[in-house]
Amino acid sequence: MSNATLRTFIAYVEDLPGVLNRVTSLFRRRNYNIVSLTVGRTERPGVSRMTVVIEADDDAARRIEANLYKLVNVLFVEDTSHAATMLRELALVKVKADSAARGEVMRLCDVFRARVVDIGPEALVAEITGTEDKIDGLVDVLRPFGIVELVRTGVLAMVRSAEADDADRIPLNSSPPPPPSPSSPPPSPRDVKAA
Amino acid sequence: MIGEGKRTGAEVIWEALGRVGVDVVFGYPGGAIMPAYDAMLKYSIRHVLVRHEQGAAHMADGYARASGRVGVAIATSGPGATNLVTGIATAMLDSIPIVCVTGQVASRYIGSDAFQETDITGVTLPITKHNYLVTRAEDIAPTMRQAFYVARSGRPGPVLVDITKDAQQASTEFVWDEGPVRMPGYRPEHRVVPDDVKRAADLIDHAERPIIFCGHGIIAASSSELLLQFVEKTGIPVASTLLGLGGFPATHPLCLGMMGMHGEAWVNKAIQEADLILALGMRFDDRVTGKLETYAQRAKKIHCELDPAEINKNVRVDVPLVGDVGETLRALLPAVSHRDRRDWVARIRELKGDSAVRDIQTMPPMGRLFAAHVMHDLWRITEGKALVVTDVGQHQMWEAQYYKHDFPRKLITSGGLGTMGFALPAAIGAKFARPEEEVWVVVGDGGFQMTAAELSTCAQEGIKLNVAVINNGYLGMVRQWQQFFYGGRYAATPLKGPDFVKLAEAHGLLGLRVTAREQTEEVVARARAANETAVIDFRVEQEDSVYPMVPAGADLHDMIRRPSPIVETASDD
Repeated sequence: MSNATLRTFIAYVEDLPGVLNRVTSLFRRRNYNIVSLTVGRTERPGVSRMTVVIEADDDAARRIEANLYKLVNVLFVEDTSHAATMLRELALVKVKADSAARGEVMRLCDVFRARVVDIGPEALVAEITGTEDKIDGLVDVLRPFGIVELVRTGVLAMVRSAEADDADRIPLNSSPPPPPSPSSPPPSPRDVKAA
Repeated sequence: MIGEGKRTGAEVIWEALGRVGVDVVFGYPGGAIMPAYDAMLKYSIRHVLVRHEQGAAHMADGYARASGRVGVAIATSGPGATNLVTGIATAMLDSIPIVCVTGQVASRYIGSDAFQETDITGVTLPITKHNYLVTRAEDIAPTMRQAFYVARSGRPGPVLVDITKDAQQASTEFVWDEGPVRMPGYRPEHRVVPDDVKRAADLIDHAERPIIFCGHGIIAASSSELLLQFVEKTGIPVASTLLGLGGFPATHPLCLGMMGMHGEAWVNKAIQEADLILALGMRFDDRVTGKLETYAQRAKKIHCELDPAEINKNVRVDVPLVGDVGETLRALLPAVSHRDRRDWVARIRELKGDSAVRDIQTMPPMGRLFAAHVMHDLWRITEGKALVVTDVGQHQMWEAQYYKHDFPRKLITSGGLGTMGFALPAAIGAKFARPEEEVWVVVGDGGFQMTAAELSTCAQEGIKLNVAVINNGYLGMVRQWQQFFYGGRYAATPLKGPDFVKLAEAHGLLGLRVTAREQTEEVVARARAANETAVIDFRVEQEDSVYPMVPAGADLHDMIRRPSPIVETASDD
């Protein structure tokens, strides 16, 4: 795979039983490895939103988008490689922190703007929101103290500075958006990840 | 919308099938689909009882391929539904519109491992275009409408509708919406971009050595006539995929025949020399391209295809034209110039080289019965007009090479999945779609034994097929690969079959045998004259191979050719 990078797709799907299975089955069948996947409800009743991170080159990315559109329950797909995008992940880190280490651990959390949400005699739990890199950074500095438990949500993505008419781009009963055109010009280099 | 009165869910199934224009269904009853079967008796849709649900799916498939309409298969839950799977996958790989209706255990038992419960929507998820689980009677009518719409629109494909027994039994107001189907996430239509049409026309006009690829899409979009016009105007020769055969007349002077693994060597060489490929409704399957790194390196590629996910999947293209191939041709036709490409056609003729002397047709009689002779004779005797349904293997390739199809929807074969056992049931479906056609089943002794039970269906339904069993006592294509690539070690390929003449007779059908070429004419005449289905056991040369052959993954021009008594094999290039 040439110029393969991590790409983040946003997919709006009908909130129906089995739809998540259809999407993941597509990636499995086409041999694309999912790096991260999050699903949740949106502002619209009956519409769920998925953020999928996949390693793919330009061609594969276009085919992923086209294949997603082939799923009958998929309403709208956005490959965020073409747009300035905010990427966020949330993590809870339970780290060993007895009275001797606690001060240092809390200071490190503070540097990463992580919030300490629970403290026990031997450990504390930090909550952090940010890009994957930022979370990786916190995890790295806490590791020497002993990480007891770690949970991450996977990446959420939102394209910046939504236009006013963006709200209408998800087709529900209106006419669908133009399908992805394979002859569209090649994507510009990926915009910077939001800090 | 006004309701039309109360119906049970089971009745709604048949009402819906009638409303979408279904005249025949292929199926097999069982516990979870019994309410539907009971209701069937009140409706005039013909039901064909199959002998195995795989047959039902293949019959629906054959019906769809022969008619262009949606075929319908019905089965019960559990094993009935899982038996459909091979047929559904076959339809999926070849983009055939079928709708499978399956019974499911009552909704309160779903997930409890109830008797004959299978999660068939889960099982068929990757091999259907879409599928549905229906648990309420009032959802049956709109779901059936959607199912037929999804199956036939855009790139066609199989759709499965799984209906619980309680939904079939419940009563509901029957409401049938005749308006357009509203599915917000489903966009089957694509329009070609006018600028891309211009770019394509420009490439076509300036090409010196162009080739058109005729794929299945030409037939699915009923665009043979347009293709013919396009070829007459541009003078570009046409090579065909297996499923595209018949999309362009085989006896046309610019028809090159089949390309790829078992295409003529000179056709593949011409592709390697071409400077432009105009691919119409095909997907650059590995059987067509051989090794991708060396495939058609000198050619610019224009890819006309309905499914955007196929663009740049296997082969990088220069101009993609995403849309209905018929509409694309309509847009291209006025944009391209009238051209004579005599030099290129002459060059292709030159590439034929010694092909003619290697052709088994021109070899001196050796007193043996070659399958290729059988195909050629069938073509001659039926004047090329029969609807031929082939199975999978050597006979399938010989048929593709030697039965010249001049008309679309006259060759039905499992291309993408390569499903042995396909031919007989698919032919039954095709015969129901086009009862006026002379239908020939061409099948190996291996594949025939997989679904030969459907001979009973022929007998029960009183339909007339002609079955040519190309009997070589081997699983021939695998044997050929063993001979070429596995040191001649014939692992599990020698095959002892029953007496096919007696087998036919046991079904009350006509059984005949041919052991020498000179018997063919007379025996075929007897088969054609019979009112009932006739089975001819052609005892062909046992260890013949299909030539030429591109070994899997090899360069397209690197072919194994038929050893010739006249030409030195060593001079192969």
